[in-house]
Amino acid sequence: MDILKLIVLSFITICAAMAANFGQDLAYIIHALIIMAVSFFLFIREVQRFGDAKPAVETGYQDSVVRAGVIATTFWGVVGFLVGVFIAFQLAFPALNFDLPFTTFGRVRPLHTSAVIFAFGGNALIATSFYIVQRTSAARLWGGNLCWFVFWGYQLFIVLAATGYLLGATQSKEYAEPEWYVDIWLTLVWVAYLAVFMGTIFKRKEPHIYVANWFFLSFIVTIAMLHLVNNLAMPVSIFGSKSVQLFSGVQDALTQWWYGHNAVGFFLTAGFLGMMYYFVPKQANRPVFSYKLSIIHFWSLIFLYIWAGPHHLHYTALPDWAQTLGMTFSIMLWMPSWGGMINGLMTLSGAWDKLRTDPILRMMVLSLAFYGMSTFEGPMMSIKVVNSLSHYTEWTIGHVHSGALGWNGMITFGALYYLTPRLWGRDRLYSMSMVNWHFWLATIGIVFYAASLWVAGIMEGLMWREVDPQGFLVNSFADTVAAKFPMYIVRGTGGLLYLAGAIIMCVNLWLTATGAGERKSSAAVAVPAE
Amino acid sequence: MDTYSVMREMADSWGLLAMMAFFIGAVLMLFRPGAKKQHEDASMIPFRETKPDAADNNNSSPKSEKPLEGLS
Repeated sequence: MDILKLIVLSFITICAAMAANFGQDLAYIIHALIIMAVSFFLFIREVQRFGDAKPAVETGYQDSVVRAGVIATTFWGVVGFLVGVFIAFQLAFPALNFDLPFTTFGRVRPLHTSAVIFAFGGNALIATSFYIVQRTSAARLWGGNLCWFVFWGYQLFIVLAATGYLLGATQSKEYAEPEWYVDIWLTLVWVAYLAVFMGTIFKRKEPHIYVANWFFLSFIVTIAMLHLVNNLAMPVSIFGSKSVQLFSGVQDALTQWWYGHNAVGFFLTAGFLGMMYYFVPKQANRPVFSYKLSIIHFWSLIFLYIWAGPHHLHYTALPDWAQTLGMTFSIMLWMPSWGGMINGLMTLSGAWDKLRTDPILRMMVLSLAFYGMSTFEGPMMSIKVVNSLSHYTEWTIGHVHSGALGWNGMITFGALYYLTPRLWGRDRLYSMSMVNWHFWLATIGIVFYAASLWVAGIMEGLMWREVDPQGFLVNSFADTVAAKFPMYIVRGTGGLLYLAGAIIMCVNLWLTATGAGERKSSAAVAVPAE
Repeated sequence: MDTYSVMREMADSWGLLAMMAFFIGAVLMLFRPGAKKQHEDASMIPFRETKPDAADNNNSSPKSEKPLEGLS
């Protein structure tokens, strides 16, 4: 088995070296070099360990991979927010493009979206799903070290995707920009992820599968399906990063937005609802308000979400019936979303006083409030008449961020604050007032962000459609860009506040994990003892 | 008929019916007699925290310890 590993790793190293030699574009060559370095490193490590006695099979919870996931989530979160703030100010001050191809908005923007969705959100989902499935199944993760392959394989995917964007390799599909070989790699990692998760559920000791795991499983399975269909492409050459899509025209557009909206629905909603259904009850120390409602929430969410994608293509070449279908399902989606929000919020009934004393719970409740707000705003914006005003404007970006910063960000922060003391065996977080600071910086940041982009978006939409009595358009596109300048500044400031909150969280989590808090408290105890 | 029309017809008749039936069935299942007890038990799963090893020694399903105060 060890010999086989060495053969495979050396084969990959040599193939990657060949690929780097024959590579036709810069992104491909650099990626081949990265893969070569990684597999060479693994080869050397394998050689060093060759013939060593096998470590004893570990039992109990597999928490080390969750610890790694918490670190990765925090790291990529700060990176993603930082890049976001950078491009927000690029929009206000175009000089920040630096006149370099690598730092233009068009390349850095996918870096931001992928860093926050896939690197920050994805690592949070992998880490929390591994934590939750073990606790709710009373079983250790299935597959031994396979979970480590999932973790490191996913980090490699992130690095390849991110460097690819900056070097200009993209297949120009929103949220699915990575090129063909990165897609194939992610497929492998994702299959391993599914195997670890399913394997753990199969060997569970608990007769019932807890609802959080239903949401996680639907997220893993659906993302696999979406990823495979939306990335059907033929590489131009095996030695180049460029590929050609299998679909074209409106079929391609519909496939892309079927993917795009379900990335929101299953990655950013179903997966994070899995987190919500575990961490909110745990932090409030009360079972979920209605387990029945959580199951209705699950089935109606997955049955409705999958059809909502066409609302991204209103007033395009997509057939009218498909647009109306997308709109109708988006509006129906409001109901399960609010059912879920009410279920989460009502979990606190009888324990509302905890909101006053527990900033972590407050964060989770705020995230549910933003889940409710953005799942009301979304259906409203999917109505064709509203969409004719809001589409292509900053309103859409404001909407996405009230969901992403408010719902996904806040529930993840809550989960990180919950997990860190438990995973590193500390009694409590280093500082609760730092959590409070984080809470308020993030909240005010989101308010700045969303409010300024509402104003900018509606203003922009109205300016685009303004006509004079002769029927001529009044404003040029550049006029709308100039008018948005103050709102861009406010929005960048909001992002800056959000980033500041995340950095405070980083420091807090670091001090918690390293045990600085315990030294502090033991010193404090020593004083009165003297 | 071309492939599109065949698939389209399947989707908006039998496909639609099957999905509606599954959904309605899944919701109705929730209201069957005896479900309430199961759901109450399931909602306590996060509070059990049975260690994998402990569960190995004890084949019966872990019982909830009711760690909560003030629950009616």
